[in-house]
Amino acid sequence: MTVAAGADLLGRVRAGEALACARLMSLAERGDSRFVAEYARFHQELGRARRYGITGPPGAGKSTLVEGLALHWRALQRSVGVVAVDPTSPFSGGALLGDRVRMSRLALDPGVFIRSMATRGVFGGLARASDDVVDVLDIYGSDTILIETVGVGQSEVDIARSADLTVVVLHPGGGDTIQAMKAGLMEVADIYLVNKADMPGLDRLVEQLTDILDLRDMPMAERPPILTAVASTGEGVPALADELDRMHAARQASGALARRRADNLEKRVRRLVEGRLRHDIWEALGLAETLSQRIAQIGPHSAWSLADEILDSYRRRRPPETHA
Amino acid sequence: MSRTETSRDSAHDQWQGAFDKAGVRDASFETVSSAPVAPLLTAADVAATDPVADIGLPGQFPYTRGPYPSMYRTKLWTMRQFAGFGNAHDTNERYKFLLGKGQDGLSVAFDLPTLMGYDSDHPRCEGEVGRCGVAIASLKDMEALFDGIKLSDVTTSMTINSSAAIVWAMYLVTAQKQGCRLDQLGGTTQNDILKEYIAQKEYIFPPQPSMRLVVDTMEFGAKHVPRWHPISVSGYHIREAGSTAVQELAFTLADGFAYVEAAIERGLLVDDFAPRLSFFFNSHVDFFEEIAKFRAARRIYARRMRDRYGAKNPRSMQLRFHTQTAGCSLTAQQPLNNIVRTTWEALAGVLGGTQSLHTNSMDETLALPTETAVKVALRTQQLIGYESGVANTIDPLAGSYFVEDATNRMEQGALDIFARIDELGGVIPALEKGWFQREIGKAAYKFQREMEAGRQIIVGVNKFVDTEDEQPMDLLRISMETEHQQVRELAELRRTRSAGKAEAALERIRADARSSVNLMPAFMQAADAYATLGEMVDVLRAEFGTYREPAVF
Amino acid sequence: MDTPIRVLVAKPGLDGLDRGAKVVAAALRDAGMEVIYGGLHQTPEAIAEMAIQEDVDAVGLSVLSGAHMHLFPRVVNLLTKAGAGHMLVTGGGIISAEDMTELTKLGVGRLFGPGATLKELVEYIRAEVGRRRAAARSV
Repeated sequence: MTVAAGADLLGRVRAGEALACARLMSLAERGDSRFVAEYARFHQELGRARRYGITGPPGAGKSTLVEGLALHWRALQRSVGVVAVDPTSPFSGGALLGDRVRMSRLALDPGVFIRSMATRGVFGGLARASDDVVDVLDIYGSDTILIETVGVGQSEVDIARSADLTVVVLHPGGGDTIQAMKAGLMEVADIYLVNKADMPGLDRLVEQLTDILDLRDMPMAERPPILTAVASTGEGVPALADELDRMHAARQASGALARRRADNLEKRVRRLVEGRLRHDIWEALGLAETLSQRIAQIGPHSAWSLADEILDSYRRRRPPETHA
Repeated sequence: MSRTETSRDSAHDQWQGAFDKAGVRDASFETVSSAPVAPLLTAADVAATDPVADIGLPGQFPYTRGPYPSMYRTKLWTMRQFAGFGNAHDTNERYKFLLGKGQDGLSVAFDLPTLMGYDSDHPRCEGEVGRCGVAIASLKDMEALFDGIKLSDVTTSMTINSSAAIVWAMYLVTAQKQGCRLDQLGGTTQNDILKEYIAQKEYIFPPQPSMRLVVDTMEFGAKHVPRWHPISVSGYHIREAGSTAVQELAFTLADGFAYVEAAIERGLLVDDFAPRLSFFFNSHVDFFEEIAKFRAARRIYARRMRDRYGAKNPRSMQLRFHTQTAGCSLTAQQPLNNIVRTTWEALAGVLGGTQSLHTNSMDETLALPTETAVKVALRTQQLIGYESGVANTIDPLAGSYFVEDATNRMEQGALDIFARIDELGGVIPALEKGWFQREIGKAAYKFQREMEAGRQIIVGVNKFVDTEDEQPMDLLRISMETEHQQVRELAELRRTRSAGKAEAALERIRADARSSVNLMPAFMQAADAYATLGEMVDVLRAEFGTYREPAVF
Repeated sequence: MDTPIRVLVAKPGLDGLDRGAKVVAAALRDAGMEVIYGGLHQTPEAIAEMAIQEDVDAVGLSVLSGAHMHLFPRVVNLLTKAGAGHMLVTGGGIISAEDMTELTKLGVGRLFGPGATLKELVEYIRAEVGRRRAAARSV
């Protein structure tokens, strides 16, 4: 089935047709030029949806938490979109996307749309097209969008670039919690959620988190709150939902949200530009192939001078930029 | 060193030298569980095995050689073919056929709606009624199932798990209506919910309330149905899901011990309920691996029951088990080969000392068995029992260097797994973390890859493949008419029964579920009032909740 | 390079024996596909919804309960009604050759019974999805 044939795809997405929404997302994932064309038509309407990132180490119960949050907002008649991102295997290029199976209570609710994505070679928690897919959910009409990623270092920073607010989910007994904390989690959490709060080790973990926050020497008012929950029973989930909405509203009022979104936009443009450059250099101009051949010809050589050669080739085969 | 030992060592060195020079055929020399097999075992390999404490005698602790002193010299194993399909009337006819052909005991297979606690007319059951087993939605169906069969005259094994307590209640009431007393009834309910979470996935409620139901049946059985085995702790399904032999052994025994602990926590005394526990193992293709598994199972169980759980009654320490030959070893290609596979798998069960045995039919990879196929399967057991001579002596392989060494390895492997489970916090915490499921999934994937790489040979599938088309066999077909008929009959039942009696009985289930009262009497009352299985389970769903698995890879 | 093939692997109906489904999911991932694992005890309606939201190329169903003549066509019909008839519906389980032929007539793709290899299944999905994608592009 082609997208160009027949009815206006974007119109159908705006009208809330799930299949159209899914197809537009696929175009985004493929980096299809048709998506870019549609994007030009709809980007002005973006920004209605609240975007919350949910990240943390594996085993923290993020999917169960996302399900709980979605159920909570659904009961309030708010539509919910979920983007669940899992890593692509570096060996096979394939991925096992097992998040939506943990959200089975959301099945067959027309007010919920769940999309699973694989990172597709991008290192870190997000996929290249995650932002685009989230934008499609915004246009589709989702009131609140949850973006779930596995947090193992770099990804926490990634997800903060796409969300209005980021929740970092930890759990007692997760030995890698400390590592995750060291890896950059501290900078991006707007809220800490300690899930599986019925397990032993809760107090110690909260203490550790508090100590780390102390070291950052922030005024108390600006500190990310530490909440607890038992997502499998629903305990603590409404409180998290309320806190997210409260923070969102407050930042909207104060202008902080607009600043965050502007910042995110800047980072996103840089990513897009860098992505395109990478593609242009290595693929479009075939310089990856060229490099391999060079190395095969000359053997061990200075990495620096080879890099210069590549950049030189790139510059020479591009026409000079003209300024408007 | 003695002169015998020196000459023995030099003989061994000589043999090793000659062996190393000889050619090696192209094979992996591993069991189907990927356990490496040594080319030769000698007395030296079992020098540390104590002939009394480790091997012993049949009917004596640790029961390695069998739970009873006389084993098959007194009575052959029970030949019990699992059967069930269509509606109760169809299955009733198959039971009469099998009893007429010399089968000793009945074994009931239920359809998926019954197993999952749904009535045949529930919308989720469309297309599923009567396909994998018999549809039992109410006491009326149970009565028809055993029409003309006096329940005090037979023993019946019922393969039912999450809805076991309710289906058992229907069986008990049926027996009472036939004029039997509860204490005359013998049989088994599988009722092993832990392996459902781990392998078969026929669960309804979460673990805690499910364990409560299991202990309710153990308690009720101990008091009122003393000849009944309330649980058959099962490894069969774990193995079918892809586990290795030692995983099957260890996971099953661990589940068994979890039930023992739950019953003790309820306040039951171990010697009051343990004599009625039974087990159910798979008998797979690697002949000696399976025999070692069965013998190790008895030894491990006896030691733990005595030393950890304080059992004093010998009957509490004797592991008794039913065996089924491995369904997953059968092939759709060249189905006649399955008769041969089933034969040696059955033989392994017998040489392993099983108390009862089901042999699969050759056509079961594609459908439930036809009469012809199931007759051959039954005859297989009869041929082994009456012609092969293996049942003339007890535990004939005892003392074999290879078998005793393999038994020792099985035991050690199982103990290692028990330690791992303890580290994870016990059986229920481990299954909630998805540990068993992940281990089984890994083993299953590994086996598939090895099979496709040609390292595990399956005749007819990756070796000795026939390129000519096979003659299609006549397969058993279940028509949609069974389903339509069930739906009609259920509507009729609901119309003609006393609505008041059924309602009141369901209310009692609700009240008893909320308290800690044993639920069996309430189930029996509801069965007698012709409340349906689905209605009873729905009350429990509302009270206990439903289970969702952790979905791990 | 073509975008990865997306496959939904799920079990419709009451049958819970997921050894095959899990082995297939792992194999498809190892073959470079993106596998959305839909889980056990799913209704045909839930499966169709998942397939649509995930815009999969193929849906792989595992049915060992004998209820395949009811479940497979139901999924095909739901997808077709929703405008997703281009999605390949394949799978396996305990299905006789006769029933497989019947199901093909009803719009189901090739099915893989006992003894089929993962290799065959992977190759089939790659080839068939490739064929369908090419056909869609040429319209």
